[in-house]
Amino acid sequence: MSDLFTQAVFIAMVASGVRLAVPLLIASLGEMFGQRSGVLNLGVDGIMLLGAFSGYYAVLRSGSVWYGLAFGTIIGLLLGIVSAVIAVTLKAEQGISGIGVYLFGLGMSDLLFQKLVGTPVPISSFPKVQLPLLSEIPLLGGMLFRHSLVVYLAFVAVPVSMWVLNRTTFGLNIRAVGQNPESADSLGVSVARVRYATVIIGGTLAGTAGAALAIDLGIFQQNLTNAAGFIAIALVYFGAWRPLGVMAGALLYGLVNAVVLQMKTLGIIPLAWSDIAAMVPAIITILALVVVAQRFRPPAALTTPFSRGT
Amino acid sequence: MGYLVPVAAVVAALLIGAVILLRLEADPVEALGVMMRGAFGSSNALMNTAIKATPLLFVGVGITIAFRANVINIGGEGQMVSGALLATTTALVIPELPAIVVLPTVLLAGIIGGAIWGAIPGALKAYYGVNEILSTIMLNVVAVQLMNFLLRGPLIDPAEIERGTRIPQTERLIDSADLPHLLGKLHIGPLVAVLVAVGAYLLMWRTPVGYRIRAVGLSQDAARYAGIEVRRTIVLAMTLSGAMAGLAGAVLVFGSESHRMVTDGSTAGFTGSAGFNGIVAALFGGLHALWTIPASFLFGGLLVGGLAMQRAVQVPSALILALNGLVVVFVVSSDRLRRRLLARDYTGRRAAPTSTNDPPGETSPAEAEANDR
Repeated sequence: MSDLFTQAVFIAMVASGVRLAVPLLIASLGEMFGQRSGVLNLGVDGIMLLGAFSGYYAVLRSGSVWYGLAFGTIIGLLLGIVSAVIAVTLKAEQGISGIGVYLFGLGMSDLLFQKLVGTPVPISSFPKVQLPLLSEIPLLGGMLFRHSLVVYLAFVAVPVSMWVLNRTTFGLNIRAVGQNPESADSLGVSVARVRYATVIIGGTLAGTAGAALAIDLGIFQQNLTNAAGFIAIALVYFGAWRPLGVMAGALLYGLVNAVVLQMKTLGIIPLAWSDIAAMVPAIITILALVVVAQRFRPPAALTTPFSRGT
Repeated sequence: MGYLVPVAAVVAALLIGAVILLRLEADPVEALGVMMRGAFGSSNALMNTAIKATPLLFVGVGITIAFRANVINIGGEGQMVSGALLATTTALVIPELPAIVVLPTVLLAGIIGGAIWGAIPGALKAYYGVNEILSTIMLNVVAVQLMNFLLRGPLIDPAEIERGTRIPQTERLIDSADLPHLLGKLHIGPLVAVLVAVGAYLLMWRTPVGYRIRAVGLSQDAARYAGIEVRRTIVLAMTLSGAMAGLAGAVLVFGSESHRMVTDGSTAGFTGSAGFNGIVAALFGGLHALWTIPASFLFGGLLVGGLAMQRAVQVPSALILALNGLVVVFVVSSDRLRRRLLARDYTGRRAAPTSTNDPPGETSPAEAEANDR
């Protein structure tokens, strides 16, 4: 066990936990905007998968990780628009239509990968950027400030999301539309427009998250996300619809996964038992869902389509 | 007119599939022909289709029960896995007895395994207000890890350890647990699934239990006012739904050609995504157990035909999964249109187009949910 607690190993483990949290954090923050406005987008995992493949493919063809990230994000944006049409304009049952988007993304990303790439070719990953001064801090420097730009941006997005939700008119409109769309509508806020905006933000960030995941791993394979998109949705509940809570949930997942990985590579636990360890975040999430359900209320209009005058 | 909308949804999905095939430089007409022949063109094809349709039908029937109670069970994958695990474990520990004893025992174990995995989110929803969509997703994650743990550890075939290959699979299960075959490769699974579907239909539409489940789905408040135990009914609906998926998992194991349970580390590796595709079949069947029978057969055929297409025109069968996703999107997106048309059919075209006076049983969970809140 001593291997687990040498300082270098410990720093590397926390650092990898922070890194692993990033795709979840990005997708989860995006989903949070949708849910705060009353739309539960269950298609996140499907969008992430297509974003992941698009990002991977773009890097493969262009050699630029940033081009890949941008391409995954654009695909996410397009799928976000489609999701908004389904949920807002067509008023489809949100719990089910998202499953359709998920199956589409799961099948389509696999199809495109097999047809356009075939055998997995590794791609280059994001370059690490050591933040001056901060990265020299003992312990914390190695854990937090020797990451790629994407990691920093993802964590900067947390306070930005808080500011948008709580300090801007747009954020006020989101919350109003999610709590009481009738009142918001009567005050002249376009429920449809606000929900379009939030669902598109969610889709875009899901695409970014998928691309970030694929490029970070440097590979694509069938079902690369392994349900990360669904976990991102659960983290929104876990975090009680607040950016800081969402971040805490994403970090929990990232860190537990990093610990499990570390224990596996060091051979501390047999392979079979690492599966048990990998269950822990899911079980914690279920317990957290129980606690959150007692203490917090979801946005009152969550999953309810809005029609004027009914 | 209303009944044509789901059909139009499938046609639309196939048209998009044709466009995708064109983009991949495959001939859509040829691909569709290969698919249809591969799925329905010979007795061998029909048998494959029936076998592939079986888990979809079990899961789909379970989905009709849960969705009618306005509980969105998307934990079919996990419930299949937990059912299969309990059934497999049972088959590993019980001695070789006559099949008439063993078979019902192991299938019952599958039912119980799935029922437990359904009852947990049901109880969490009914008593703690936990969103069932999220809890079932999380339980899918837990189930797949449990499967990987058991098949790599306690339940692994001892021969795999001796050889050092360590493929995560059990040893060959006892002969008496094999599903009897009706004809060639066709085992009794499809027959059992159809009987279960008929049973579920009778339960939902001809018994007080089914009435209570549907009443809770339409309006919890009204059901409570009528003296129905709403919480208990929700747990019951989820338990039944999980039980059906568990049975699907058990049938997958005991009907498999290798007669063992194998994992590749992912859920879909075992279930073939039947836990999700079953939802597609149930939606296409209008959340009606009997209509889910032909719907499952159709979607099972698409899956089998997809494999034939993959061999013939080199288009990965993942296309079928993508098209299934589009079917779901189209069916639920056109739900309002469908109900509007149905309402018009029933009222002799005189009702206003926005009439919500749907015939009972045609109200979707979506609408019931909207009414609740």
